[in-house]
Amino acid sequence: MTVATFEERAAQAPAQPSQPRIDLLLIAGMVEPGARVLDVGCGTGELLKLLEEKKQVDGRGVELSQSGVNFCVAKGLSVIQGDADHDLVNYPDQAFDYAILSQTLQATRHPKAVLAELLRIARHVIVSFPNFGHWRIRWQILLHGRMPMTWNLPESWYETPNIHFCTIRDFRELCQVVGAKVERSFALSPYGHPLGTNVPSFLHNIVAQQAVFLLTANAAAKPNGG
Amino acid sequence: MNRMLVSPRDLRTSSDDSLVFHSDDELSLDCGRVLPPFEIAYQTYGTLNADKSNAVLVCHALTGDQHVANLHPMTGKPGWWETIIGPGKPVDTDQYFVICSNVIGGCMGSTGPASLDPASGKPYGLDFPVITIDDMVRAQACLIDHLGISDLFCVIGGSMGGMQVLEWCANFGDRVFSAVPIATAPRHSSQNIAFHEVGRQAVMADPEWRGGRYIEEGTNPAKGLAVARMAAHITYLSDDALHRKFGRNLQNREKITFGFDADFQVESYLRYQGISFVDRFDANSYLYITRAMDYFDLAADYGGILANAFKGTKTRFCVVSFTSDWLYPTRESRAIVQALNAVAANVSFVEIESDKGHDAFLLHEPELFDTVRGFLEAAKQKRGLPSTPRGRT
Repeated sequence: MTVATFEERAAQAPAQPSQPRIDLLLIAGMVEPGARVLDVGCGTGELLKLLEEKKQVDGRGVELSQSGVNFCVAKGLSVIQGDADHDLVNYPDQAFDYAILSQTLQATRHPKAVLAELLRIARHVIVSFPNFGHWRIRWQILLHGRMPMTWNLPESWYETPNIHFCTIRDFRELCQVVGAKVERSFALSPYGHPLGTNVPSFLHNIVAQQAVFLLTANAAAKPNGG
Repeated sequence: MNRMLVSPRDLRTSSDDSLVFHSDDELSLDCGRVLPPFEIAYQTYGTLNADKSNAVLVCHALTGDQHVANLHPMTGKPGWWETIIGPGKPVDTDQYFVICSNVIGGCMGSTGPASLDPASGKPYGLDFPVITIDDMVRAQACLIDHLGISDLFCVIGGSMGGMQVLEWCANFGDRVFSAVPIATAPRHSSQNIAFHEVGRQAVMADPEWRGGRYIEEGTNPAKGLAVARMAAHITYLSDDALHRKFGRNLQNREKITFGFDADFQVESYLRYQGISFVDRFDANSYLYITRAMDYFDLAADYGGILANAFKGTKTRFCVVSFTSDWLYPTRESRAIVQALNAVAANVSFVEIESDKGHDAFLLHEPELFDTVRGFLEAAKQKRGLPSTPRGRT
């Protein structure tokens, strides 16, 4: 489920606890204090730890890599080994206030089914993903005719765990298909900062490197389990 | 195989070093019979705090006993879980009040088939009622009541101990703040039952077993029990671990003897395991406790749906399995985790890479230690217990 393997992430993680990543702070900012949170693809537990410390949430994690899970549990986080494609079905309806899928959607086999499951098990769903509509990516395909590689998507096409890339526009369409209502959305710069209001929203799909969406199940539309 | 240091009669009174709880009440058993007022032998370590919120109950496995973290009075060996329990260890006796009791049906001081039947004045033998894991746990709960502890900070155990942990959570969930079932299963599989049946048949095939009346008759089914232990011991190890330890190495000889002596080291090792076991274990207890494990099927008590056993649970769970444990494989732990997820319980699940088989939970497994320490430390914070002084972890 992780984009990078646990070992790679751990190697990238700063040795000293420094400022948390800006996109994680942004996600944490959306979560109500004391909420029940499921972080799917929690990696080394950076976001869960942040949420427990800043928002006193009742946090749970699901992580594909066993070494990641063991690392999290030894840190005192409630994490199980599992996989977004197979294990979300085990949770009851509306078991959580928030389900978070941080940089993981593009690595799932069935993104539509995963999103529908998340909307079933949580009142709010927060999804962050790399925007494949970013101009650098368009440029690499257009100019070089090659599958793009960027600093946050560094693997070549035959090695990447990311099998279902999408653009911000694609994701909005998927939200409609599964009956998700977009409560809030952020387009992030390459440094993880939300783009300023001076960037018109029609440009987000071109200049944003990542996007973060806060969704709820749209009561009017029946979610399609896919 | 003929060595016998302790007679079965001695086993009944061998627990002088333990505390004993005398229940004044009968215990209604799952089999429909009633156990007359009974005794539970137990050990404690550490100090119970003023509000009695730091108690940890350790549940022992099939052949374990209450001597979890002290020298065993009969074998002189370290406690069976001193790797994990003690001062500064993951279950830190400087912080927690640790209780470990011998299960009913056992032979280390708790009431079992070697105890005297008040009805006849003779050892129970096979007149002892067949007990279940549930019965063991309800008897333990009487002990916990007796100690004045309303709820336990943690219940932890491996193998059959893990079954007791699950039963505690199902039956007394509101009395269990956190639970660590290790290398266990929510039910005994057909294969598990099959291995136990081999062991029981070995005991009962020993002419000295005498229909379970060997204490009165002054005999000892040591050979049968030793064979049962040898067969069971294989299931606690892995092919890789056995091969690494012994390979095809010969025992104190240059070549094979074309006979039936213990030519191979692995044979010698198993014979030693068998012989040393009969010195400390009662054959009938072995029958009763293996039976209790075979009857364990937690879901069956809850309409066939395991999740129902944990409905509404507030307990924090940490489920642990080992990759090479083929007796209670990871898929069994995963079934527990799925059931807990189905009721949105707070659960962690760690599978630890080890080639030591089922016995890994008793051995030096640093990842197990880190897991238990981290889990308990977080649970302690949630519970509002003082955190570990710096420099200790």
